[in-house]
Amino acid sequence: MTLLSVLGVLSSAVFSGTSLLYTTLGEICDQRSGIVNLGLEGVLLVSASAGFAVTYLTGNPYLGVLAAALAGGLMNTILGYLTITRGANQLASGLALMFFGFGLSAWIGRAYVGARITGLPRFPLPGLSALPVLVRSLFQFDLLIYLSVPAAILVWWILFRTRWGLGVRAVGESADTAFASGRNPRRIRYQALFVGGLLAGLGAAHLSIAYAMNWTEYMTAGRGFIAVALVIFSKWHPLRAIAGALLFSGAVAFQLLLQSSGIQISPFLLDTIPYLLTLVVLIAWGGTRRHSAPASLGRVYQGTE
Amino acid sequence: MPSVSPPQAATQPMISLRGISKTFPGVIANDEIDLDIHRSEIHAILGENGAGKSTLMKILYGFYRADSGQIFLDGRPLSVHSPNDALAAKVGMVFQDFTLIPAFSVAENIALFQRDLDPVMRLKDVSRRIQAISSRYSLTIDPSARVSELSIGEQQKAEILKLLISDARLLILDEPTRVLAPHEIEALLGVLRNLRSDGYAIVLITHKLREVLECADRITVLRRGRVSGSLIRREADEARLLSLMFGKELPGLDVEDRPAVEANLPALELRGVSTAADGTQTALKDIDLRIYPGEIVGVAGVSGNGQRELADLILGMKACVAGSKIVFGEEVTRESIRSIRERGVCFVPENPLVMASVPFMSVLENMALTRTRRYARLGGLRIDWRAVSEDFLRSSSTLGFSLPAHAMARSLSGGNLQRMVIIRETAQAPRLIVASYLTRGLDAQSTIAARRALLQARRNGAGVLLISEDLEELFTISDRMIVLRGGRIVASFRPDETDSFRVGLFMTGTEIQHAATA
Amino acid sequence: MRPQPDLAERAKSASARAVGGLLRYGSMAVMAFLLFGVILLVSGKNPIGAYRDLFSSTLGSARGFSEVLVAMTPMLLTALAVALPSRIGLINVGVEGQLYMGACFATWGALTFSDLPAWVLLPGMALLGMIGGGLWALIPGVLRAHGLVNETITTLLLNSVAPMVVSFFVFGYWHSPMDTNKTANFVPSARLPTLFDTRVDLSLIIGLVLLGLFWFVMRSTRWGLEMRAIGGNPQAALRNGIPTRVYVISVLCIGGAVAGLAGMAQVSGFYGVLLANFSRGIGFMGFLISWLAGGNPLGIVLTSFAVAMITSGGNLLQLTRDVPYAVINILLAFTLFVVLARPRVLPRRKAA
Repeated sequence: MTLLSVLGVLSSAVFSGTSLLYTTLGEICDQRSGIVNLGLEGVLLVSASAGFAVTYLTGNPYLGVLAAALAGGLMNTILGYLTITRGANQLASGLALMFFGFGLSAWIGRAYVGARITGLPRFPLPGLSALPVLVRSLFQFDLLIYLSVPAAILVWWILFRTRWGLGVRAVGESADTAFASGRNPRRIRYQALFVGGLLAGLGAAHLSIAYAMNWTEYMTAGRGFIAVALVIFSKWHPLRAIAGALLFSGAVAFQLLLQSSGIQISPFLLDTIPYLLTLVVLIAWGGTRRHSAPASLGRVYQGTE
Repeated sequence: MPSVSPPQAATQPMISLRGISKTFPGVIANDEIDLDIHRSEIHAILGENGAGKSTLMKILYGFYRADSGQIFLDGRPLSVHSPNDALAAKVGMVFQDFTLIPAFSVAENIALFQRDLDPVMRLKDVSRRIQAISSRYSLTIDPSARVSELSIGEQQKAEILKLLISDARLLILDEPTRVLAPHEIEALLGVLRNLRSDGYAIVLITHKLREVLECADRITVLRRGRVSGSLIRREADEARLLSLMFGKELPGLDVEDRPAVEANLPALELRGVSTAADGTQTALKDIDLRIYPGEIVGVAGVSGNGQRELADLILGMKACVAGSKIVFGEEVTRESIRSIRERGVCFVPENPLVMASVPFMSVLENMALTRTRRYARLGGLRIDWRAVSEDFLRSSSTLGFSLPAHAMARSLSGGNLQRMVIIRETAQAPRLIVASYLTRGLDAQSTIAARRALLQARRNGAGVLLISEDLEELFTISDRMIVLRGGRIVASFRPDETDSFRVGLFMTGTEIQHAATA
Repeated sequence: MRPQPDLAERAKSASARAVGGLLRYGSMAVMAFLLFGVILLVSGKNPIGAYRDLFSSTLGSARGFSEVLVAMTPMLLTALAVALPSRIGLINVGVEGQLYMGACFATWGALTFSDLPAWVLLPGMALLGMIGGGLWALIPGVLRAHGLVNETITTLLLNSVAPMVVSFFVFGYWHSPMDTNKTANFVPSARLPTLFDTRVDLSLIIGLVLLGLFWFVMRSTRWGLEMRAIGGNPQAALRNGIPTRVYVISVLCIGGAVAGLAGMAQVSGFYGVLLANFSRGIGFMGFLISWLAGGNPLGIVLTSFAVAMITSGGNLLQLTRDVPYAVINILLAFTLFVVLARPRVLPRRKAA
């Protein structure tokens, strides 16, 4: 277990964790406004396929990223329409959106299965030229990766330091109180969902344009649900999500490290760690007092009616 | 109608209410009320539960619309359709349930309601403003503290600050001291006096005489929706206020002879029982109580002083943290609700729709709920609906009630729902009945029917615990009465030994100077 | 004999409800088909031809019809696994995970006891399947009963853990020599018998019987009454002495067991192997079906049939019209959207 292999794990965790981070930030925005988006898997798939298609057609990965973000925003707006304007059940609407995502992404991506793109260009941070070549090559990241932590900080700043963010959080805690303060909870929820969708779209973009650089059906492999778990684990806080994303995505990378030291743990068992950790944390919070879920999500998270 | 005393020197009232009336289905909440509220004055609105105090102030705050009458602001007519309108007219109200977001800090809560907040918030500025106002009026609070971690007294301060920063000049406080500890009450009264010297108008809705006499300048007493008296401080004393609140009548005549209670074994005995305070609930402290078969024990008290907790405790819904609960000589402190019911204990709760019946089930199905084991056949595969029906009809006719067996529970009126519950609970010759606010919200006929049912049960040898806020009802029916205040039993008498005046003293906490029978 | 209002009144309200239901299902189907037709047009396909194929392939032939039944079977069971807990107000989104665990336990039985005769092995596998699913629902049940965590989130989390457990066993220990992602074919004695000459297996009968049992229990038994009370007004039920805590745990576990049985039926009946990640949302589909049908057994049968028609018809669309199979999810989703959006043109559905 050399320094190089540890750095390798870190680099790998960063690569795979970036899309998770963006997705989680998106879901945090949704849930902070009081809406649980269970259809995230579908949103991610549609964004990934749209982004990939646009990248392939235009040859410009950045346009693809943009397309993916917009696709995510639009998908979330569908959820918004169902849950906010029509007052439909959030869980059922989310799952319906998921199935829609399965189908729509397959349809969008049908012409591009097996296609190859050049993906987002990677470049090292300036000032790293002093490091040995091997190390440097591990830390050549694309733009989305570099922007991921700033994005988390930006989301934190928006939620906690701006008037709009205060309104979003107020709606998520108590729509009645927000209404009493002169705000329009419905409009705020639509806005939060759209922003959340943009962020999730960025996460999907990184997956299909930068990380895997291809398109296959169901390629998100449960990331939508990992993000839901990660939102809980990071207590709905954007900054904690950074550490959480590293931790959750590091599990698989960690397995490679263990393998190289001769310890064999099945990657599948390691993949369960994010969920089990979240479960343990939820039990430890045990009940309504200690966890920090936005109050109007209570029905989904609290132990009693 | 008592005349309104002449106002103080030449100050026109800030707010005047004239002829305000409001009716809810079945009850007249406010009946032609006139009221003047002046600046630099603390105006107390006094009255029993249900006297109409909250309703009146909610009309002023725009929560309700009056059926008739007018509101004037500085002599000009004012129309208030919503709390926003009220706030624009500089009228603010602090409710009994706060409208604070527990997860936010004090500053964030106040910022939420600020109309001139910058898009990029500067919470430090908000905090500074909070600190300026709070030190001016001794409303000391830490702006960065999370509301969920504050004591109730501190949360109340935050609510008041919220109004002050929103530029309210008239503050209405609804029962503010109900949830405060004694030293917090002192602090609050001090704050109110400070505000008054700065020209604020303050309305204090309360039933606590001591505070009223300590800081009010003007007092209006409401009784059954009408103004029963309006005085200035100089003219007021305990005796006068109590007589305006409760009336000076003697308790009603006996409805029937009260049989002497002979049994030695109490139906229910509570020894040193205490419960834990849970959020806004009241903790019971060291309750000692005995109810014998064939007697009705009435529980008087302002609602919110532990009545609900007492009923839930006996039922088994609330756990004792200390003491023991004994039913007919058997220790049942940790028994399940079903087990307690099977010993012949039954419950008629205050809100039958929410607490005792399943809305989408028929009357007959609701009937079967309490004793599913009794009606189960073939190990549970079948329910003997004929037996349910027989019990239902038998119990109905004994009580003289008549209800359609197949109607859905939610289609019944409040009175009929209560009848249904009574039919069900008394069907198996109960040995102990706990009735909580039995007649709240019922029409006259249902009220009489419900009371008669209790008397009948007593005749059949049941012990009854009757929790009520209607003193007349308690005096008429009970064999013995206790008064609950702050989770403790503070007095116990027989109805013929006392009168509503003295009971009122204990209920409102002004028993200190008056000797009362223990 | 159950208390019933006047017979004529009952018949009238029942037929009114039936007509309303038909109108509702009918119009939602029409709207969904219209919307999907747009998608087909944009892909350059002929929607009318596609729909004609769909109906003729599914309803037009015995074989096609049997394929619909095959697709319907697992959904009956998973919907029941959601419907039962929903009657007491519990939300079981974890059917997917319980399904996998049931399949896992049943597969262990099939591989370990492959020498036993079918009449011992199959019931044994069914039992194992139910145990697997039931255990997977136990933790969420206990947590909910003690007021610690809502079952929605715990079942959701465990959903994602189960497929990985299955993959662990399949890739690690159980895989066949030729493929790493699935087990060897089950021995014939571990396969559920099929009916007539079709792929429909015994689990369809089991599913229908269980649904009938569900209907009977809820309607006539003591437990059904108590469960309906809990679902209708938990506080009132508690105050009447009904042991809600016991019901929460046991009902959720029974739901899990039914889902586990569905899992067993998938590996023993439909597939004949345990394939990693074999479920593409059957559990979630069951959740949606139960929700659409309002937890009503007859509604579940009808809705499962309708959904099965769409999914198995989708197979044919792929073969003849060159549209990827997954696209059929769009039609499903549109149907769901239409019901969720409750447009005023449809009769209102009762809140589930």
